[in-house]
Amino acid sequence: MARTAEKRRFAFSNLSSKRETSLVAFILILILGVTLRSPRFFSLANFHDILLDSAIVAIASIGQMMVVMTGGIDLSVGSGLALSGMLVGLIYKGGFALNPYLALLIGGLIGLGLGSINSLLVVKGNIPPIIATLGTMSIYRGMIFLASEGQWVSAHEMPSSFIRLARGTILGIPNLIFIAGVLYIIFYFFLSHAKTGREVYAVGGNLQAARVAGINTDKINYIVYSATGFLYGLCGVLWVSRFASAQPDTATGFEFSTVTAIVLGGVSVSGGTGRVTGVLLGAVLISIIENALNVTQINPFWKLAIQGIVILIAVAMDQIVRHRKKTKVVREQ
Amino acid sequence: MKKLIGRWEFLLFLLLVGVFILMSNLSPYFLNLRNLLDSTVHFTEKGVIAVCMTFIIISGNMDLSVASNMAMSAAVMGIAYRAGLGIFPAALLCLLVGALGGLFNGLVVTRVKLPSMVATLATFSLYRGIAYVLLGNQAITGYPYQFAEIGQGYFMGTNIPNQLVIFIGLAIIFGFILHKTTFGRSVYAIGNNEEACRYSGIPVDRIKVIMFTVNGLLAGLSAILLTSRIYSTRPNIALNYELEIITAVVLGGVSIKGGRGSMIGVVLALFLIGSSRFGMSLLNIPGQMMTVIIGFLLILAILLPQFLERFSAKSSEAPGKAA
Repeated sequence: MARTAEKRRFAFSNLSSKRETSLVAFILILILGVTLRSPRFFSLANFHDILLDSAIVAIASIGQMMVVMTGGIDLSVGSGLALSGMLVGLIYKGGFALNPYLALLIGGLIGLGLGSINSLLVVKGNIPPIIATLGTMSIYRGMIFLASEGQWVSAHEMPSSFIRLARGTILGIPNLIFIAGVLYIIFYFFLSHAKTGREVYAVGGNLQAARVAGINTDKINYIVYSATGFLYGLCGVLWVSRFASAQPDTATGFEFSTVTAIVLGGVSVSGGTGRVTGVLLGAVLISIIENALNVTQINPFWKLAIQGIVILIAVAMDQIVRHRKKTKVVREQ
Repeated sequence: MKKLIGRWEFLLFLLLVGVFILMSNLSPYFLNLRNLLDSTVHFTEKGVIAVCMTFIIISGNMDLSVASNMAMSAAVMGIAYRAGLGIFPAALLCLLVGALGGLFNGLVVTRVKLPSMVATLATFSLYRGIAYVLLGNQAITGYPYQFAEIGQGYFMGTNIPNQLVIFIGLAIIFGFILHKTTFGRSVYAIGNNEEACRYSGIPVDRIKVIMFTVNGLLAGLSAILLTSRIYSTRPNIALNYELEIITAVVLGGVSIKGGRGSMIGVVLALFLIGSSRFGMSLLNIPGQMMTVIIGFLLILAILLPQFLERFSAKSSEAPGKAA
């Protein structure tokens, strides 16, 4: 009798310790609360909007998650995204009728280049990631201004086929959600089933041990920063396509949205743990909060403050839970 | 002599001289004492925060929230003034809000035991958000003209801006505390090995709370200087200041991993960045180009010492091998 109770408690604690469960619960409560205040929040059209809004941040967050899992951080996400998007926008402005999917690929490759620069600085230059990417954050942002001469690329300078890239549908699913879904499936398998993916966890969990175990830690660092670059390159093109404009100040502060998403999604900032499912929920939660602010007509300027409070609560809870686990282990010994 | 040449601070000094020689050749307006002194106000606002940021980074911590804290405390000051509070009580309130913002950072870092980078990343967003919530998209203007004296005035009838005097004064006080007191030594010790410090009875948590609170207080001071100079308050003031402050501190030779650095290095780095910016603006180089250059400087500041170390290690190895 006592044994089954123990067992049940164990199963429950296992479930409740999963970040995804608490995130889903939190999202449901939030949806209920917002719906009670303004019923028009609860509609299929609105949920469709929320998912569309979350797609870009969700894609970029996969990269940020991998970087943070190795114990680093990438602050150049917003600038890199905007630079890739702007360069693709400038190609269209120059009069080249690029195939939209080719444009997406080119954006991804530009991002890959930018991400590789980050990885070189971190691996070869031995610069702490936060400083290296703080530097490239301002370099990439400055390069957008230099490349565009401060000008926008506006809707009439892009072909409609390109604008449809982010607004069209495949098999009834909006392209943005489709692309995000495919990427999540790919990275889910990469991180949980591929050898290199597992090594990403190992590097973040214990760098020394990973080295001793024969993992090429430099290679892992190259991969995560370059992959992040590729992903934010894609995001840049999708962003320009979705909003039909490329601006020099596009996506400023976007890196903080990705950090919020992954921290909410249960990725530990000290590295080593995290799951794509949590990150996806984190990205969706951010969009829900943003959308809820609009629908309930709360001052939209609250967004930034709420983002800060949410990060703080999420990481603080994470820390307290981990601290308790640690003391529990000590007590049991 | 060799020790002096190898010092980072000496290298910074040489760079500063180099910038002066280069810029005065490129522009006839550069070597004008009055212009040069006036140009310092563009970095002294960042400098007053950098003197305490030096402590924080040497202790192995980080404060990303300072610029947001500036916006928050400036917003409170503006609203208090508009509500009828005198400008000087409002300025005191600004300092208080800044210090409270810093105290909150310190408490989160020490009580909740969050890495300071994460804690201040959250308050970076939170404080800026509060500034936006308080002000929306409006600006507060119409400060009394005496208030301008703080940020725009000159020191006792000389050509030296008040801001520069405040900055130099703070740099001397903080330099003294860092290099000549037990508190300063403890900051280095924490940066080198926090665990060992705890075991040897250094009040690590109290020191951290003090550092973050003072950093917030100085952010409040910087907000007063900035408001007094630009004469208005908007929620987006001081955007990206934290980047430039951290760049200056790291360029000044403070190790981002903690445990190493000096106040004179940071002061030299601030003057180096300031004079390069001033020179570039004389040459009509656009602001965005300067952002790119600041970014490069930050990366070079870390790459260069490593490179030098490797180089000097090789050159000292070589004769050993020959023997």
